[in-house]
Amino acid sequence: MGLLAELTHRCPLHCPYCSNPVELVQRADELDTVTWQRVFDEARELGVLQVHLSGGEPLARPDLPSLLAHASGLGCYTNLVTSGLGLTAPRLADLVDRGLDHVQLSVQDSDRLNANLIAGVKGFDRKLTAAALIKDAELALTVNAVLHKANLDHIGGIIALAEQMGADRLELANTQYYGWALRNRAALLPTRSQLAAALPVVQAAQQRLAGQMEIVYVVADYHEANPKPCMYGWGSRQLTVSPNGDVLPCPAASVITSLPVQNVQRSSLSEIWYDSPTFNAYRGTSWMQEPCLSCPRKEIDFGGCRCQAFQLTGDAAATDPVCTLSPDHGLVQEILGTEITPSRPAFAMRRSV
Amino acid sequence: MTSLDSVPRVRRGVRCTYDKTRDSDVVLFPEGVLLLNETAAAVVLRCDGASSVGDIALALADEFDGVQPDDVIELVDRLVARRVVDVD
Repeated sequence: MGLLAELTHRCPLHCPYCSNPVELVQRADELDTVTWQRVFDEARELGVLQVHLSGGEPLARPDLPSLLAHASGLGCYTNLVTSGLGLTAPRLADLVDRGLDHVQLSVQDSDRLNANLIAGVKGFDRKLTAAALIKDAELALTVNAVLHKANLDHIGGIIALAEQMGADRLELANTQYYGWALRNRAALLPTRSQLAAALPVVQAAQQRLAGQMEIVYVVADYHEANPKPCMYGWGSRQLTVSPNGDVLPCPAASVITSLPVQNVQRSSLSEIWYDSPTFNAYRGTSWMQEPCLSCPRKEIDFGGCRCQAFQLTGDAAATDPVCTLSPDHGLVQEILGTEITPSRPAFAMRRSV
Repeated sequence: MTSLDSVPRVRRGVRCTYDKTRDSDVVLFPEGVLLLNETAAAVVLRCDGASSVGDIALALADEFDGVQPDDVIELVDRLVARRVVDVD
């Protein structure tokens, strides 16, 4: 089981594809050190073995070293999910001393100018520096690039950049339209021909780099016939704690406003995981409607994404409209038909809190 | 292909630990967890980049009854496939 600990929503980047909610948690509302440590204790008791320290930018939390040490001391695998901005040799050495196992570094593009435009900050060179520091510390490195209309044509360059950085893994993830990214959907949605051109490049690199750099490709789900599986099942393997202590079955689930909000300040993680209406709402398959209920794929994709179903239809128990069997599939076809245009609308850049 | 002469090493970013919740040795890596039985845990412990699969099989034969070299080769192959160990 994995815990995504969103320590803060503060971030030096302003990416238009940010999947954090439109309304960010303010600094004053962030959990304090002691509460986060209690959350890690409770997560470990629940059986969590992986702690992803994320955000926003987790390096923005001055208490990151003590939070990481706490999670590592519990026997958890610790993963720092970072933009790389603010990572210095002394800070990294300290984190390594305290048990850091792995770093996931974001990149926006292989082209410096375009990367800085997408991030809304001159961060490209600082990411190269961060990657070098991570390699010098002999840490395992995953490079993560979120793909969209403005960088998909550079996918070969992004793969080369990850190789140059010495990544052990590369995640090439097409944008998921939640939170702020939903607002930018028309500027982010790639064309079919972009996707068709990218796939063979990815496949060739996967073959060429087998055993050296693992490449994980996350497809553009609006263009697919089958929906993506919901978190291997709702409330099954993952939980997210947001900066203010709200506990969610997935990072996007705050969009489902029909579900009651659970918070670590009011209940233990165990109560929330086992007993809360929020975590039980879409567990298993008994909540499903047709066509999911009688579908042979219901244990494979779990009806698709609950958040997407809610966002597009207003009913979180509906079939994900990405599925061609969904009665609402026309909604996705209409979005693809109207929002993909030859020119790209301007990005609405994310403002920090 | 793994052979008796192969020298396996636990990959960077892989952590071996004991999980009391599951009462099992486990290997942790960026996106996953493997539960290990006692023999598998003993093999992973010895994937140090110096011992060959043959060395490991010999060491295990002292400690456990009925562990065959082929079993160790097969296990190392599975660990390579899961990106837990590298083989030189």
